[in-house]
Amino acid sequence: MTDVKELIQAKVKCIGAKREALMPILQAIVEEKNYLNEEDMIQVAEALDLSTADVYGTATFYTFLDTVPRGKYVIRVCKTISCHMAGKDEIVDTLKDLLKVDLGETTPDKNFTLMQANCMGWCHKGPVMLVNDDIYTELTKDKVIKIIHDYMGS
Amino acid sequence: MANYKMHILVCGGTGCRASQSEMILDNLKTELETKGLSDEIQVIQTGCFGFCEKGPIVKIMPDNTFYVEVTPEDVKEIIDEHIIKGRRVNRLLYVNPDNQEHIADSKHMGFYKKQLRIALRNCGFIDPENIDEAIAKDAYQALGKALVEMSPDQVIAVMKDSGLRGRGGGGFPAGLKWEFAAKNASDQKYVVCNADEGDPGAFMDRSILEGDPHSVLEAMALCGYSTGANKGLIYIRAEYPLAIERLKIAMKQAEEYGFLGKDILGSGFDFEIELRYGAGAFVCGEETALIHSMEGERGEPTVKPPFPAESGYLKKPTNVNNVETFANVPVILLKGAEWYKSIGTEKSSGTKVFALAGKINNVGLIEVPMGTTLREVIFEIGGGIKDGKKFKAVQTGGPSGGCLTEKHLDTPIDFDNLIAVGSMMGSGGMIVMDEDDCMVSMAKFYLEFTVEESCGKCSPCRIGNKRLYELLTKITEGKGTMEDLDLLRNLSEVIKDTSLCGLGQTSPNPVLSTMSNFWDEYIEHVTDKKCSAGQCAALKQYIIDPEACVGCTACARVCPVNAISGERKMPHEINQDICIKCNACFEKCKFNAISIN
Repeated sequence: MTDVKELIQAKVKCIGAKREALMPILQAIVEEKNYLNEEDMIQVAEALDLSTADVYGTATFYTFLDTVPRGKYVIRVCKTISCHMAGKDEIVDTLKDLLKVDLGETTPDKNFTLMQANCMGWCHKGPVMLVNDDIYTELTKDKVIKIIHDYMGS
Repeated sequence: MANYKMHILVCGGTGCRASQSEMILDNLKTELETKGLSDEIQVIQTGCFGFCEKGPIVKIMPDNTFYVEVTPEDVKEIIDEHIIKGRRVNRLLYVNPDNQEHIADSKHMGFYKKQLRIALRNCGFIDPENIDEAIAKDAYQALGKALVEMSPDQVIAVMKDSGLRGRGGGGFPAGLKWEFAAKNASDQKYVVCNADEGDPGAFMDRSILEGDPHSVLEAMALCGYSTGANKGLIYIRAEYPLAIERLKIAMKQAEEYGFLGKDILGSGFDFEIELRYGAGAFVCGEETALIHSMEGERGEPTVKPPFPAESGYLKKPTNVNNVETFANVPVILLKGAEWYKSIGTEKSSGTKVFALAGKINNVGLIEVPMGTTLREVIFEIGGGIKDGKKFKAVQTGGPSGGCLTEKHLDTPIDFDNLIAVGSMMGSGGMIVMDEDDCMVSMAKFYLEFTVEESCGKCSPCRIGNKRLYELLTKITEGKGTMEDLDLLRNLSEVIKDTSLCGLGQTSPNPVLSTMSNFWDEYIEHVTDKKCSAGQCAALKQYIIDPEACVGCTACARVCPVNAISGERKMPHEINQDICIKCNACFEKCKFNAISIN
């Protein structure tokens, strides 16, 4: 795993130790580690000469910048109206049942986190879910079971 | 370039990719190779064709055959029959739902007949990862023309004359915006592309970026040239990985070809573009919030003025337009303002892309001239309502818009007309609802969205919307009173008048428009404690028809709360006071004896 210090250095080098480097740095850490912990945020604050509260306040504003540990695969089921109309409730229930977790929780083996998200722009292909960066559309109960089993196997 | 006899276009839009279009592509290539046809037939992966309902789509050129719902297994037949023997594979053609006839050319399909594609002109026709194909479709010609023949002022004049209005929802004239940015002198200015599309129901910006990224890059450079900016930033949401990938490829290719970077086309004009990623905050689609997010702050909006054109990114003059607005720009410069103005209505020129979703037959992206009626969009292009149900309403403008009903079907769609009938254009999402949809629940749904996405900076939006949501929940649970309805309306007005940014100022719209169009439904929920659409679970009543019930006891056995009683072989009854409306009895009954009121 790349050291957080190195990640910060790399971004600072190309953008500068400026406030506008904050988001790219936080995003890079999340991409690498799946979430931001306290020490990481302190390091970022030091590098950009910001208060730690400021860094924390910014990070927690954005749903994709997690400040609690997430699983290896983060599942985000779209919960907006067209996916709702297309039956996303059944998809969420299937996932809860399959992973034995509730929304917002992570499986004990730290492999999956189940979450809901707002519109992902797949309104014509609902219900949809995002697993990390991969989108799955027109979900059915059976499709979801297969997809999750594939991830479990990998 | 090799001289190909035929081209096979395979939709590479993410919708079709999700249904195996990549495997179709691979199979086509392998099959052509086995048949020794690789030098004669070219296979191209394109952007989205728009007709996602019937994907994956494969189009054969030059005979314009349009195959729908193709599977990887169909590839052999397409090659053997169509490519080799010249016979169309009828079973893969689109079937006209009205007369069951097969239609081979997409031009004759109801879905495409009424459309005019300007912003989506290249989506589905070019390989978005190959700049040569974009260039063959005139990409970067407008930039060349502007840099060589036109002054920045002339470019702005064309934009102003064209009447192009911001497609992100605001509808502000783009040319005027550019002029403001141009007039504010500064050592550094910025051009920002707002690709933080977040309206539930809208996905045109994603499709444009995935299908024709060069149109946006070119327009940003044109904007930079005319406003005096050398730096462009694209703020794109993290939920769009494919669009990000295609943009990166397009930017790299444009730099290699000298359309971006230093001294573009030898003109001395420099322009570079950088990508910035959103992190899942809807409010960042508001331009001041977007700028704060790029500056590394919380994505909270600030009061305008100052407008970004005076003080934007890093306090420098900044012009922000959304993806679809930019996608129109190169064509306008090539074909002229007069041409663009000749399309659409007097005050809203050009075309608009709409995303059709919900209970409509042809879901997907469409582009029509402004002034097209809702009836044409929903019934002719959209193919009407799913499963022969009755049209009830269409929500336009997402959580900021309102619903339109039967009586609005013949209203020509443009920015001003939609506002006049109590909705708005928004970014162009259209969610169609049928008789089974409850309008109170729909309003509640949008409020739930707003409550979650409100940034919390101003209290009308942070607290007011929460209260609206609670009132709506109360009504859908059958606990609402007439006073609640008054409160709902008054509070909505206050939130509209006093919120800081566009999000709060428009968030009560779904409530107000459903109240004005479906007042009876609100009354029904409050006074009769009834939801005739049958969506509000708390208001459902499960009733056993004594005539149809045979007394098999299946329902009584499955009921988790023992609410059903009755002797064997005698009609059963449900005790409404105990029933938790779990639907288990309804699913279990084999005799259709249980109905839901």
